[in-house]
Amino acid sequence: MNKKKREMHLCEGCAREQNLIPDAPSPQLNLPALLQLLMTQLAPVADAEGDDLDPASLTCPDCGLKYAQFRADGRLGCPEDYDVFLPVLVPILERVHRGLQHQGKTPKAVRKQMAKNEIADLKTQLDDAIAVEDYEEAARLRDCIRGKEAAG
Amino acid sequence: MNLDRLLPNLGEWLRGNGPESDIVISTRIRLARNLAGSPFSNRASAAQKAETEVRIRDAIATLDLPHKLDYVDVSKLTPIDRQFLIERQLMSRELGSVLEGPRGVAFDERESVSVMVNEEDHLRLQVMRSGVALDEAWAEIDHLDDLLETKLTYAFHEQFGYLTACPTNVGTGMRASVMLHLPALSLTKEIEKLFRSLQKINLVVRGLYGEGSRASGDLYQISNQVTLGKSEGRVLQEIREVISQILQYERRARQLLVKERKQAEQDRVARAIGTLGSATMITSEETMELLSTVRLGIQLHLLEDLPATTVNQLFIHTQAAHLQKLMGTPLDGEERNSARAKYLRNKLRELGASQR
Repeated sequence: MNKKKREMHLCEGCAREQNLIPDAPSPQLNLPALLQLLMTQLAPVADAEGDDLDPASLTCPDCGLKYAQFRADGRLGCPEDYDVFLPVLVPILERVHRGLQHQGKTPKAVRKQMAKNEIADLKTQLDDAIAVEDYEEAARLRDCIRGKEAAG
Repeated sequence: MNLDRLLPNLGEWLRGNGPESDIVISTRIRLARNLAGSPFSNRASAAQKAETEVRIRDAIATLDLPHKLDYVDVSKLTPIDRQFLIERQLMSRELGSVLEGPRGVAFDERESVSVMVNEEDHLRLQVMRSGVALDEAWAEIDHLDDLLETKLTYAFHEQFGYLTACPTNVGTGMRASVMLHLPALSLTKEIEKLFRSLQKINLVVRGLYGEGSRASGDLYQISNQVTLGKSEGRVLQEIREVISQILQYERRARQLLVKERKQAEQDRVARAIGTLGSATMITSEETMELLSTVRLGIQLHLLEDLPATTVNQLFIHTQAAHLQKLMGTPLDGEERNSARAKYLRNKLRELGASQR
């Protein structure tokens, strides 16, 4: 065989044209397509009274994503979109995951913040209990707060 | 980094000696993560992507890991190097040849851990293990994620968990998949039935290269679909149970093959070796089919002098980018088929492997 080394500098497109890298295999199962199908079935969205909720009007003030764009490619544009598009996302998430509340790992910083918020809530309740002179409840809340502060 | 030095290695996923390696090729867990306060990759400008890349790259560089991660700038790689990393399962086809702009992948020398940057999500962490090893893979990726979380602030929602560009990944962001070699269930046609039952319990079956790829060489990846509402531990447990069932079915089907049609199987294996060792043109597809038969032949003890890891080497080396690197020259489809055949002929001659 001719051992002479050929060197070529090719971009992606030329390489594909010259057939140096194989084409992507044909689709078998395609999640984005499946998602699109789900969304087509769901639209249009209306609330229980049949008024007002026009998904087409939803636009994210942060990233500028419009509902139509989300429908077209099944991708959200930024973390805020989960709240902006909440009404249209909920039915999709229910179908895909059959669940709506995250279970499992939570970042440490978030866990700390959640514990802090919880303690703040309990302290408000404690103040209320003291204000109405419910000392039994106040004692229970105080123990609860101490326990959580020790754990944190 | 010169990627060519990876060429002689099998990497973690083809190491071939993990638990249940007579059937299970590898276990992979991936986590999708995004940075808080930044648009997802698909809506980020080139400048925003570049900024994300720098932030993540810096974070990766300072991680205290037993196996250091080396960062490769994918936008600067040649098409063949990109294809090479895809074939080694270190990055997705999406990151390699669909997406554009600043993006990269960091991986360790064992080729066990990889972190893709600016894929569909800002971060895609991945841990590979030979054989079935869901617990070990989870422990390693969980630790890596913990370390990254001390350097980066993730987009996280109290109700929806880790936020991802595609709602199919939101929640844990975890996809755990086990790659199985199921030739006997394929031969006995029981596989269709099995897959229908897996779909009912929300597990997804895919081919070798993940989403959208066909199953070639009887290799199948089984992974979870659900990421929201079930904890990582519960999902892993469900997969573990299903895998142990499938292992039983495949082993039973293999025993049946040996019991009822040993002669025919022996013939099929001998012909597969014969074709691999004498063809002058061979496609990647046909190579994978024949190697699948050879792999089964080894497991059924119909072949003696060929170690299973050799099949893995032939398998990876006959893929497009690997082959072109081995030959040291770009090859088009036809040339590849002839180079592949030549490589296989030489290898099998070297090994002195012949049918009994």
